[in-house]
Amino acid sequence: MPISASNATSAPAHEPGQPVVRIRGLKKSFGQIVVLDGINLDVHRGEVVTIIGPSGGGKTTLLRCINVLEIYDEGSIQIDGVEVGFTDSSGARRKRTESDLAHHRAETGMVFQLFYLFPHLTAAENVMLGLRKVRGFGKAEARAIAERWLDRVGLAAKADSLPSQLSGGQQQRVGIARAVAMEPKVLLLDEITSALDPELVGEVLSVVRKLAEEGMTMMVVTHEMAFAREVSSRVVFIDAGRIVAEGRPEDVFQKQSNERLRSFLARVS
Amino acid sequence: MADIFSSMQFLWRGLFVTVEVSLLVICLSLVAGLLLGVVVTYGPLPARLAIRLFSDVIRGIPILVLIFFVYYGLPLTGLNLNNFVSAVMALALFSTAQIIEIARGALQSIHHGQTEAAKAIGLTFAQRLLYVIFPQALRRFLPPWINSVTDVVKGSALVSLVGVVDLMLAIQQVIGRTYVPLPLYLLGALIYFSINYTLSSLSRILEARYAYIRE
Amino acid sequence: MLYHLNFGLIWKNFPKLSWGLVLSLELALISIVIGVIIGLALALLYESRGRVSRTLITLYVEFIRNVPLILLVYLVFYGIPTLVDLRYDATTSFIVTLSVYSGAYLVEIFRTGLAAVPRGLIDAAKAIGLTPLQRLLYVRLPTMFRIVLPSLSNTFISLFKDTSVASVLAVPELTYGAQWINFNTFRIIEVYAIVTPMYLVTGYIILGCLRLFERQFKVR
Repeated sequence: MPISASNATSAPAHEPGQPVVRIRGLKKSFGQIVVLDGINLDVHRGEVVTIIGPSGGGKTTLLRCINVLEIYDEGSIQIDGVEVGFTDSSGARRKRTESDLAHHRAETGMVFQLFYLFPHLTAAENVMLGLRKVRGFGKAEARAIAERWLDRVGLAAKADSLPSQLSGGQQQRVGIARAVAMEPKVLLLDEITSALDPELVGEVLSVVRKLAEEGMTMMVVTHEMAFAREVSSRVVFIDAGRIVAEGRPEDVFQKQSNERLRSFLARVS
Repeated sequence: MADIFSSMQFLWRGLFVTVEVSLLVICLSLVAGLLLGVVVTYGPLPARLAIRLFSDVIRGIPILVLIFFVYYGLPLTGLNLNNFVSAVMALALFSTAQIIEIARGALQSIHHGQTEAAKAIGLTFAQRLLYVIFPQALRRFLPPWINSVTDVVKGSALVSLVGVVDLMLAIQQVIGRTYVPLPLYLLGALIYFSINYTLSSLSRILEARYAYIRE
Repeated sequence: MLYHLNFGLIWKNFPKLSWGLVLSLELALISIVIGVIIGLALALLYESRGRVSRTLITLYVEFIRNVPLILLVYLVFYGIPTLVDLRYDATTSFIVTLSVYSGAYLVEIFRTGLAAVPRGLIDAAKAIGLTPLQRLLYVRLPTMFRIVLPSLSNTFISLFKDTSVASVLAVPELTYGAQWINFNTFRIIEVYAIVTPMYLVTGYIILGCLRLFERQFKVR
């Protein structure tokens, strides 16, 4: 796969057909500062797309636009063919209402750098909240599902613990369980190990690795280059709001044909 | 001395009125204050500005001025309410303004990450408030709210100045008949003290209990 | 609903309001000064003396804070002269009451303020050989004052509003002036339309001045 130094649409790396996430011409500014300057990206089912780049380059903002924690200014984001932030009903483009957005957000899952577990709920209850109130499961069913997912992230024994009783790594794994229990179409991971002590990073990454192997569609923003190399189907390098390079991990990390990419990789390695 | 004992019943009725006024004000202001508190935290800008203006004005004037204005001014709008209702309304306005500020503080103290995590799993605004924000804001709300309840009880003593026969006015009327001001004022002080000290102790216990729950 | 606004009568009697405002400020000022003296003295006594003193001080604080101000005002003005052969006028009585009232709140403010002085500063003061009294005067009190300045501002503004209770003793402060005009002219809307901003604006001006003052002494 050749590295493209422009914003050309990436060719599908897995099965053809409609991409799960389809981003075209995405632009977002905060006041005067342009954070995203025309992003085009496709993510197919089962792909793991890792997004790397310097701080402030727009990586986190991109993820937050996908689950509409930020409203983008221009362009389009489609999840399974449905436009996410706006409707095109009467020909005019209008922002979606909060309840519409809630529906869309249920189809994406996000895991946060600072975990953001609900401190007044146990681990199981954290996972169950979305299952009961958004998916409509009954208490017993939701509990069973939550326990299954907590077991898959290795925390079956901690189901009834409060977040304050868990280590950072454990909290983040609960965060992952909370997100994937909703069976989202795409999982968004926003620097999920950046706030962890080094010895706790491994346990979280192994959970992500397992999810990738099981075919979860993921978009990962990370600084863990070794992990990116190992797990990704594709690596995307974003700098100053644009995709500057993308391709298979070995192509991006080894060939490094782009100047900015090279200096970035030199800085972080 | 026998006079004083027969006056006890009168004082008792006054205490009842004080409790009545206080409870009414507490209930009214809690509902109004929480509602407006949510609006002032999450609502559109014009609503937020209007509520903050209301709250700042009410809290910037003495309670007595508020009571007098409502009591003497309301009849001019055609509304002829009795002194009890006017007094309760005035106190309720004051307490509502206090609760708006307490609620706003409690809600804003919740880290925005909680709202984001709740959004991320697809909860609607109402669901976020009910299941994520309020449970956490509650412990920051309760202790100051209980303090505002003691302020209501203390403020209720001012309704005596517009003719509501609460404990304060009852005491004065009994003094008018028996000419023993000091014991009666001290008795009144004791009663107010008992009520408010119990409340503020409760507030302290709650604060201590919540303090050990780590973030 | 025939009510015609007539501000003329208010302006005619405006001195009652303007001088009333001045008196309110004076009452608040005198009370907070005395209150600071009481509060500081008791706060220092609290930390240095034994259990009996602490209980007494706590009793005083809790009593004042849980009893309505108006009851205290009546207690001092009507109640005490029956006990002690003392005669005083309404204004003096109110000042005494408000001072004792503010003292109770200020004890708490000063206690927490003293406790908030960083241990490191006190250790440094000990290290250079200052005596306890010197440490108090040159390190702890100055630091404490910078810490409690915002609380002091808020207390002063509260006291300013509490001076309205003096009207029940016919002390000619702002609220009494408003009520006088109300009873003599029946211009209730107009008079309170004037008096409300008077309280609000004065409050904001005090707040502004004190914030400026605070900035001079900001604790890093």
